[in-house]
Amino acid sequence: MCDTCGCNITKGNQHLLTGDGKLSRVHEGTTAVSVLRGLLSENDHQAAHNREHFDRRGILAINLMSSPGSGKTALLEASIDALGDRYGIAVIEGDLETENDAERIRARGVRAVQIATGTACHLDAHMVHDAVHDLDLDGIDLVFIENVGNLVCPASFDLGQHRNVTLLSVTEGDDKPAKYPVMFRAADAVVLSKIDLLPVMDDFEPSRAERCLRDLASRAPVLRVAARKQADLGSWLTWLENEIASHRKRLEAGQTIRPAIQPDGMRLHSGG
Amino acid sequence: MHELSVCQGMLRQVGAIAADHEARAVTGITVRIGPLSGVEPELLAQAFPIASAGTVADGADLIIETLPVRVHCETCGEDSDAAINRLLCGSCGDYHTRLISGDELLLASVEMDTEREPARA
Ligand SMILES: Nc1nc2c(ncn2[C@@H]2O[C@H](COP(=O)(O)OP(=O)(O)OP(=O)(O)O)[C@@H](O)[C@H]2O)c(=O)[nH]1
Ligand SMILES: [Zn+2]
Ligand SMILES: [Zn+2]
Ligand SMILES: [Zn+2]
Ligand SMILES: [Zn+2]
Repeated sequence: MCDTCGCNITKGNQHLLTGDGKLSRVHEGTTAVSVLRGLLSENDHQAAHNREHFDRRGILAINLMSSPGSGKTALLEASIDALGDRYGIAVIEGDLETENDAERIRARGVRAVQIATGTACHLDAHMVHDAVHDLDLDGIDLVFIENVGNLVCPASFDLGQHRNVTLLSVTEGDDKPAKYPVMFRAADAVVLSKIDLLPVMDDFEPSRAERCLRDLASRAPVLRVAARKQADLGSWLTWLENEIASHRKRLEAGQTIRPAIQPDGMRLHSGG
Repeated sequence: MHELSVCQGMLRQVGAIAADHEARAVTGITVRIGPLSGVEPELLAQAFPIASAGTVADGADLIIETLPVRVHCETCGEDSDAAINRLLCGSCGDYHTRLISGDELLLASVEMDTEREPARA
């Protein structure tokens, strides 16, 4: 089982970790046990279970992360308007307090559940599991999870999604990937949002944002979007439809996928 | 502050290990954390006394070891040290690298008191 597989061990760090063996006496009456468990193994277990829920129904699950107000809900509204008649879409909304975002989604005629996290600054796999059981997934092809607006904590919790999308609005500054490397490294795609405001944001350089992202060794595509105008959605919708199609192929071949994760960690995990 | 949830998860694992070993108390916990794990060692250390109060690990020493950030270059094959927001190959400068150390979040060892209470008649 993966709670003992040491899924964080890689060739680069294993020499730092191999110690005195499994069980060693330290001094009389004291035992030291060496363990190599990911501290989030409980969360990761639940996340794997959530992924099975999605996979069994042929659903692609996408986690949207960004700072507060970067345009996640607006992107969802625009995507529903563009794709809602061809795909069954459902939304899990994470928010500190209100039902506002879920209501905006329901107004588009789409099923949505709200997770009110209270003071928690991120969603975790257990919260998403409860939401999945509250959601009728019949006929759904695509589930969006809108994470709590926060560029720090959400990156540390696998929810059972297949893909991570991180939004960066042009009003936030083009050096965000350098400031929040953990978050941007986790992205399978980066959406540059509110691109309609570029003409007035003369200090935001999309190429500089992309360079900061490449400095993190990320190969994620950078997709420019203006959700409110419905004008610039093309690259995002193409990416999304390709992801839905490749996920269906993967499922037919009996496979699934986790969001941006290092190949070594992946290999060790599946061997567990 | 998600370090509190990480700390609570850690304490559940420690509790299970202590129960396996029929330990009376946990005296030391060592964790290994990479700078790219998203967990701040200082915040984890602050969360620990709060989260451990009343558990089998109440009063235990928490030792946090941080690990270096290292990358492997897929272009030239070299391994090198890197900064958290500059994961480029130190040898050829390419960005086609893979992280080989630096995002770990591991419970490394648990030290506990397993001496039996003296048997009473
Ligand atoms: N100009 C412009 N404004 C946008 C665009 N997308 C969103 N906005 C505005 O940005 C504000 C925040 O948008 P939301 O979609 O609510 O952002 P969010 O990321 O869901 O916010 P939280 O859920 O609070 O984190 C709103 O006033 C939107 O109208 C866009 O493409 N262009
Ligand atoms: Zn929102
Ligand atoms: Zn379930
Ligand atoms: Zn936090
Ligand atoms: Zn190189």
